Amino acid sequence: MPKKKKEESKVEEVVAVVEQKVEAVEPKVDVAEKVEEKSPEIEKQQYSRERMEAVSHYIYKQVSSVVFGVLSPKMIKKMASAKIVTPELYDKEGYPVDGGLMDVRLGVIDPGLRCKTCGSKLKECIGHFGYIELARSVVHVKYARIIQLLLKSSCRECGRLMIAQEKWAKAKSHLDRIELEEGPESRRLAVKALIESKGGKCPHCKAKQSKISIEKPTTYIEGDKRVSPIEIRARFEKIPDEDIEVFGLNPKTARPEWMILTVLPIPPVTVRPSITLESGERSEDDLTHKLGDIVRINQRLFENINAGAPEIIIEDLWDLLQYHVTTFFDNGIAQLPPARHRSGQPLKTITERIKSKEGRIRHNLAGKRTNFCARTVISPDPMLGLDEVGVPKIIALKLTVPETVNEWNMAYLKKFVSNGPGKYPGANYVVRPDGKKKKITDETKEASLEELQPGYIVERHLMDGDVAIFNRQPSLHRMSMMCHRVRVLPGRTLRLNPAVCNPYNADFDGDEMNLHIPQTEEARAEAEILMQVQTQLISPRYGLSVIGCIQDAISGNYLLTKLGEMPREDAVQLLACVNVTDFSRLPSKKLVNGREIFSVLLPDEFDYESASRSGDKVVIRKGILMEGIIDTKSIGGEGEGLLLRSLHKKFGPARTIGILHQIFRLGIEYLVQHGFSTGIADEDLPQEAREQIDQLLHQAEEDVAQMIQSFKEAKLEVFPGRTMRETLELKILERLNKARNACGQIIKAFVQDKNHAAVMIMSGARGSMTSLIQMSACVGQQAMRGKRIEKGYRERTLSCFKRGDLSPEAHGFIIHSFKHGINPKEFFFHSITGRDALMDTALRTPKSGYLYRRLANAMQDLRVEYDGTVRDANGRIIQFAYGEDGIDVARSESGKIDVQRIINEN
Amino acid sequence: MVHSELKEYEDKLPPKILQEIEEKCPSSKMKKVVQKVYEEFLSAQIDAGEAVGLVGAESIGEPGTQMTLNTFHYAGVAEMNVTMGLPRIIEILDGRKSITTPQMEIFLKAPYNKGKDIREIALQVKETKLGELVAEYGLNIVDLKIELKLNMEKLNALDVTPAYLVKAVEKGLASEANVKFEGGVISLKLKCKDDERGLNALYRLKEKSKEVYVRGVKGVTQILPVKRKEEFLIITAGSNLKKVFELDFVDTDRTTTNDIYEIAEALGIEAARQAIMDEVFKVIETQGLNVDIRHIMLVADTMTVSGEIKGITRYGVVSEKASVLARASFETPIKHIINAALKGEVDQLNSVVENVMLNQPVPVGTGLPGLITKIVRKEK
Repeated sequence: MPKKKKEESKVEEVVAVVEQKVEAVEPKVDVAEKVEEKSPEIEKQQYSRERMEAVSHYIYKQVSSVVFGVLSPKMIKKMASAKIVTPELYDKEGYPVDGGLMDVRLGVIDPGLRCKTCGSKLKECIGHFGYIELARSVVHVKYARIIQLLLKSSCRECGRLMIAQEKWAKAKSHLDRIELEEGPESRRLAVKALIESKGGKCPHCKAKQSKISIEKPTTYIEGDKRVSPIEIRARFEKIPDEDIEVFGLNPKTARPEWMILTVLPIPPVTVRPSITLESGERSEDDLTHKLGDIVRINQRLFENINAGAPEIIIEDLWDLLQYHVTTFFDNGIAQLPPARHRSGQPLKTITERIKSKEGRIRHNLAGKRTNFCARTVISPDPMLGLDEVGVPKIIALKLTVPETVNEWNMAYLKKFVSNGPGKYPGANYVVRPDGKKKKITDETKEASLEELQPGYIVERHLMDGDVAIFNRQPSLHRMSMMCHRVRVLPGRTLRLNPAVCNPYNADFDGDEMNLHIPQTEEARAEAEILMQVQTQLISPRYGLSVIGCIQDAISGNYLLTKLGEMPREDAVQLLACVNVTDFSRLPSKKLVNGREIFSVLLPDEFDYESASRSGDKVVIRKGILMEGIIDTKSIGGEGEGLLLRSLHKKFGPARTIGILHQIFRLGIEYLVQHGFSTGIADEDLPQEAREQIDQLLHQAEEDVAQMIQSFKEAKLEVFPGRTMRETLELKILERLNKARNACGQIIKAFVQDKNHAAVMIMSGARGSMTSLIQMSACVGQQAMRGKRIEKGYRERTLSCFKRGDLSPEAHGFIIHSFKHGINPKEFFFHSITGRDALMDTALRTPKSGYLYRRLANAMQDLRVEYDGTVRDANGRIIQFAYGEDGIDVARSESGKIDVQRIINEN
Repeated sequence: MVHSELKEYEDKLPPKILQEIEEKCPSSKMKKVVQKVYEEFLSAQIDAGEAVGLVGAESIGEPGTQMTLNTFHYAGVAEMNVTMGLPRIIEILDGRKSITTPQMEIFLKAPYNKGKDIREIALQVKETKLGELVAEYGLNIVDLKIELKLNMEKLNALDVTPAYLVKAVEKGLASEANVKFEGGVISLKLKCKDDERGLNALYRLKEKSKEVYVRGVKGVTQILPVKRKEEFLIITAGSNLKKVFELDFVDTDRTTTNDIYEIAEALGIEAARQAIMDEVFKVIETQGLNVDIRHIMLVADTMTVSGEIKGITRYGVVSEKASVLARASFETPIKHIINAALKGEVDQLNSVVENVMLNQPVPVGTGLPGLITKIVRKEK
């Protein structure tokens, strides 16, 4: 029968027993499978493993639950397939020693050998546990704490929990409540508290108790005598099951005596494979090293006991054994020196393997690696559709898509096989129905071609139109992974339409992105239906369009709709460039304006009304842009682009994405034909403007000087709840900001339409008015934490100022513009805020990352049930209707049903 | 509902939408519009199985990367500093008991909110400590006495009589000192056992005396009367909602604090839920970001379903999960596995991560529905 699900049991004591719900999920019925079905049982077994690899998506069995518990010595022996007696690993020939730590009964890690337990080869055998008999029992560190509590609360004579019989029931309910509220650890502590209030005698057998203390990590002292693990074990054996339950332990899975180890399970060799170095030397895993120590000391201890060595020697060895076993479980215990390699680097033992981000759980179990993926630098290509991705040919030659051969596609697939792996639309592998995978090479090509028949699978090269999942880290969104259609292109970069940069948060300054090719029909279907770019247009975060025009596409449309008047022939040319073939919607007159050209792209029955950035109306009636200028408010991405949102509402995703692509290209094409560039001259100001600005700033400085004067005379009117000094600061800040903003007004008045920097700002394509002011008029106040710069020397910011100088200049006001050039003092202040901003980003990323991880972890299993309620994995109701009205944000318009629009439409 | 056309939709559409229709729609179109709205409402309903939790986490986590870190809020010139930005969001979602900048907005009842005597009213709210009223300390080492010279001007400004003050001091220092009052000077005589006597004890008494509560609302360290629209209200630094509610001039309906625990204590868990939503939304809004309220609502709901505020931390919401593996995959995996072993827990694998770990379909989205069918075996 097919391979059993691999068990994950990393902490040896805490084994996860996987209950198998033998759910016969029938394999997919395809031709090959049916032939298989008939073949005898034995043959099937032979093939099963290869088949599992080929068609690994078939679920034969499903794990329905995982049980946790403490292993009993009996269980350890039962699940072991070998007893380990010698610390030696290999004999002279390099073959694993019988009864050694690399025993072949524990699984194989060398090619060519077969496992003695299951008979399978390397990679097939999942490994088997072994055990060693410890000469003297030792404490399991991880249970040291609970052992201490148990010792303290149970009677040393009769083993009963020291709670009087009559208080039993009350204590139990009290503890149950504590556990419910504060967790199992608090419960155990509460038990201790109950006991300690009772005094020195056992209420059951009246035996006198003495005080027990722990000497960390694993030594227990009663009175002034040490309690050996053997003694502890003997005491624990006396504790009845009912008493254990009071402790919050389950006696079936965790008898206290099992916490003292008498036998130690040895993890399979597959868990601790050795690496062969280039020199042919073997380098063993950290765990093997540690186990070697344990076995060696254990052997010595046995020998000494048998030889009747003095008690001191035995005690010493015993302690050493305890140390090794302790560090085998956890090498990071505070009181113990960590076990080290010869190089001095601490060993990574079981606990270190599991925990933290690089540990087993978060690194290998909660996150996985995949095949069939590619990663390179990205670059833009506006000619690609928004839902396309340009894949370099070299990548297309390596990534494959499996296609099952049938009567009808035989000829089509044979073509690929005959092209082989080297010639472009070719194939790399042929998979036989029994799961055998064959690489196609020039030699085997003919044979594979011959062999090909229905039921075979051809892994052909990636081709145009295949689906692929495209991703950029950090994947903070579901829009960070979207499904695109492949376009195989020359070159060496992955290409994408710049309009989809927004959801990925990508730019082209060297960003790299990943591409995944789904390999099964189910995966492809899900990718296409749920993940394709079209379906992700509307963000579930705010219910508006995330994908929209950016940068030049916005500038272009802005200029076109603002002043793009041109002869009809030119307009036709322009439209032809964006794949418009039907020009009937372009008015037939000699000169057409930009709005008419833009309207050609809109559907006939489209009505829209909104405002542009400047607050002017934008009106579209029956698909004609009646008035207004198109800018980022209409066609931008990231929560702007209201025109796109209503297109989506009315005409659906597929149509919207088509129109968006055309609008995008229209904008770019217009700029290509009319020219658009920006340079330092865009920041030039006429003499008149310069004078006005100078005067303005001068005025501001004077005003501030006056404020400072009145502050010094203590005549300043104080804001409520502020000191006079604070009031002054606030007033100065306000005044200086006002001055800079006034500069903006002057610039606006003098700026001309053909100033391309201004065009970009006005259309919302890039930059802001502030940046233009900073470049051409005045950089303005450098503020840290909402205050002027104050740090530096005593009572001054720089040693070139007088003490107590409150002037704008001395506190980081930069009166010059970037273009003009800033002086050294100003430069220094500017670099202060620059550094502050840099630090802010550097500190923010990990903080917000952690917040995100916590949120995702806490809420990942909330889902909407069929009854419309939101519940968690326990079935607890979190909300009766999602968001109180059950509206999916991605299907709403900014989180609402737009009643006004519906009224207008009817 | 007034309009007859809307009656039949009363149970079908949320009241907010119905109200909007009623307000905006001319009655001639009403029937058609309601029907249309209902259609759109239905088509906008969320699908079963949708992983709303994850979408919510993404929607709050993603803009988190765009927020600024150390911003203090300066809305208007004369308002107080409040933590904003990412640190504030973290603080709220952690469910911290004490927050960095507690703040209250105290609304006043009708006659008081007109602005008359607003400063006096505000001063009643502010906590006054003895230290503020003392002009001079005199340490008498020989007799182990402290003489506090009172600042009478301040006393008058705050409307505190010396007699009242002495009572307050007696109450506050009853166990430490004998209080006497003579001519504007309060003298404290150290009251303690002989072996503890000495300069240190005296010094400690002095420091302690500064903290003695005199009057006002405990915890309110600063006050700021503000005019908002037509009325005056008091903004405070420091928060103590319960005590403020006891004052008779306070409008308890609108007065609020940014301390969620206090709201939970004074007004109950539902109010705390609303407070979490409001506070998170406020931060996101001031950062100029756009996140739908539903996501925040979901977070607030997960934090408060249990009836008390649970933070999004390993001690809060995550510790409530049934699945051992899900808890272990978050933080402190060893602890969770050991405890699970001791209790003999069984992981039923019904949430997301465990199934990811075992390479099985996850029970959300398309992983949720199962198909049951009998496969017909063809006869040979």
